[in-house]
Amino acid sequence: MREGKERRLVSGDEAVAAAARDAGVHLGTGYPGTPSTEILQVFSELGGRAQWAPNEKVALEVGLGAAFGGARALVTMKHVGVNVAADPLFTAAYTGVSGGLVVVSADDPGMASSQNEQDNRHYAVAAGLPLLEPSDSQEAYDLTLQAFDLSERWQIPVLLRMTTRVCHSKSIVTRRPGLLAAKEPHFERDIEKRVMIPAYARPAHLRLRRKLAGIQAFAETGALIVERRGDPALGIVTSGVTARHVQEAAPEASLLELKILHPLPLERIRAFAERVGKCLVIEEGDPYLADALLAAGIPISGKDPAFRFGELNVGRVRRILAGDFSPEPEPPRGKPPQLCEACPYHPVYATLRKLDCIVAGDIGCYTLGVLPPYQGMDTCVAMGASVGVGLGLRHVLPEAQARRVVSLIGDSTFVHSGVSGLIEMVYNPPKTGHVLVVLDNGTTAMTGQQEHPGTGRTLAHEPTQKLSIEGLARALGVDHVDVVDPIPDPGAFEKILRERLSTPKLSVIVARRPCILAAADIRRYEKAAAEKREKACTLVAEAE
Amino acid sequence: MPQKKVMNVVVAGLGGQGVIKASDILADAAFRAGLDVKKAEIHGMSQRGGSVTSDVRFGEVVLSPMIPPGEADFLLVLEPSEVPVTRPLLAPNGVLIPPDAIPEDRLPNKRSLNVALLGVLSARLEIPEEHFREAIRAALPERLHAVNEAAFRLGRELPLPPPGA
Repeated sequence: MREGKERRLVSGDEAVAAAARDAGVHLGTGYPGTPSTEILQVFSELGGRAQWAPNEKVALEVGLGAAFGGARALVTMKHVGVNVAADPLFTAAYTGVSGGLVVVSADDPGMASSQNEQDNRHYAVAAGLPLLEPSDSQEAYDLTLQAFDLSERWQIPVLLRMTTRVCHSKSIVTRRPGLLAAKEPHFERDIEKRVMIPAYARPAHLRLRRKLAGIQAFAETGALIVERRGDPALGIVTSGVTARHVQEAAPEASLLELKILHPLPLERIRAFAERVGKCLVIEEGDPYLADALLAAGIPISGKDPAFRFGELNVGRVRRILAGDFSPEPEPPRGKPPQLCEACPYHPVYATLRKLDCIVAGDIGCYTLGVLPPYQGMDTCVAMGASVGVGLGLRHVLPEAQARRVVSLIGDSTFVHSGVSGLIEMVYNPPKTGHVLVVLDNGTTAMTGQQEHPGTGRTLAHEPTQKLSIEGLARALGVDHVDVVDPIPDPGAFEKILRERLSTPKLSVIVARRPCILAAADIRRYEKAAAEKREKACTLVAEAE
Repeated sequence: MPQKKVMNVVVAGLGGQGVIKASDILADAAFRAGLDVKKAEIHGMSQRGGSVTSDVRFGEVVLSPMIPPGEADFLLVLEPSEVPVTRPLLAPNGVLIPPDAIPEDRLPNKRSLNVALLGVLSARLEIPEEHFREAIRAALPERLHAVNEAAFRLGRELPLPPPGA
């Protein structure tokens, strides 16, 4: 087994990609977001068809359409991306699917690279969807296959919840496909199942609850539970990577590791809890399991609320076990990340500071401009929120303050969900006008330089139609649209910003210069595309 | 190779210095030696010049992918300023391998400090040298093989620092 050629040391993200490939997934789609990004990149490298969508909602809709057509579809996003995709997600639970649809939610307990640490297990309950959760890369592989199996068997989208440690940790994986071959996509009309007018949605909700009851009965068979028998005095119910911390911290304890977190195999858990002397629930994040088990009348104790925050690790699990709630040692505080020295956004932040702007900011590398020396951002809440928040401030602030408000957004974030904010800006313009600065570095820089509709290249860096940010702004009727390169002439950027702030008109300023980390790659992709075009022209000329 | 005890190695430095690359090579070498291996790091912000640490654990069976603070057997540090920051991660009898373990004038290319420090570490591990060489070749493009193999040899052949250094 150890010598087996398929054994490889891979991350959880890579394992999901490999499983998707082995499952014959027809289409992978998503929006980049740490820690989920690598799944689609690796799926593409392995020969899978993978696409970046403008945002998670669109990605889920594309995946759902594929699954309506009988295909296997994988949709990936970070935890907060599920908020964006929640609208189709909840109703997709009603419609169900004809093929297989697996939605990866990559949660980030401890917020290594996120704006919140929401626990997306709650989504499974709220939407009424099955949720599986792996503890390492092998389980990420196995449970991806299992998720497709469940999805096709019950004709329901399945959530696969990962966390940062599972996504980015490497451990050994053996690829062992064993799933039935994917069906050929084919459309069968089924209006009452897929058109959610109230008359059809009411029976669809009943259908969903019946499916969940069936899946719960399946979960009670124990197929998605690992029980490790140990000392009957102490039993621990746990899941995800926390199970590995628990196993290390309490090697002697009896362990019930859940791989399915919704619907919960309550009777199995009850039997376990009654078999052991004391039953503890140790889970990362919210007391999701503990609350559900207590509500079901299962005699367990949860963790102290102090351990709701941040990631768990072996040390913290030891504290939970010992009932030690003394102040925890601070983790080493190293050097925080910062804007790259040669980042093209330095002059933009220097100017915003100089003009004492009130900056409604957004999510991306450029959020690092909030740190000294610039402290160049006053709000940052959600993808695309800079535009709406800036407009809200403009609407209510006294005129002298309102005139200083600027919305600041990156190119990928603008395409993700800044566009609808821009439509709002044109539809309900503040009396003092407004200025939106788009920091266009030609890439989704923060997550590792992914393509987006504004780069004119697909996920695999192949040329496609390029969205023009300035063209879109003009088409929407913005009064002033300027494109500037802030690096060669920061004075020009300052001059334009001053002018635009001084009029009650609407303005979009695109500050355009490639990310220094991506610039060399961008040149290479552009050269390859140019060569391809030239070759195509030659072929056409020869054909004529 | 029998190695009952799980070996814990933390690699630390700043984004862009090759912390992740070094930990990938180490993990791969242990994997090639037939050991169970886990490796964990947070790399969302690693390209922005911030502190980066990567945990590599190997042995017969590895459970948690993260090394509990204060339990690292070895701490490899690529950046002098990160030494005091990460030192608490080291076990009381753990070994620090600081950046100045490699004499600067003898390193052919500063970019290969990560691999040179792996050389120093390798002399203290039971993993056969060949697996490190294979892992280095697998992790880097061919044009960088010679310079990194030289860096690895430099580190590996240095006299071991006195304990507690």
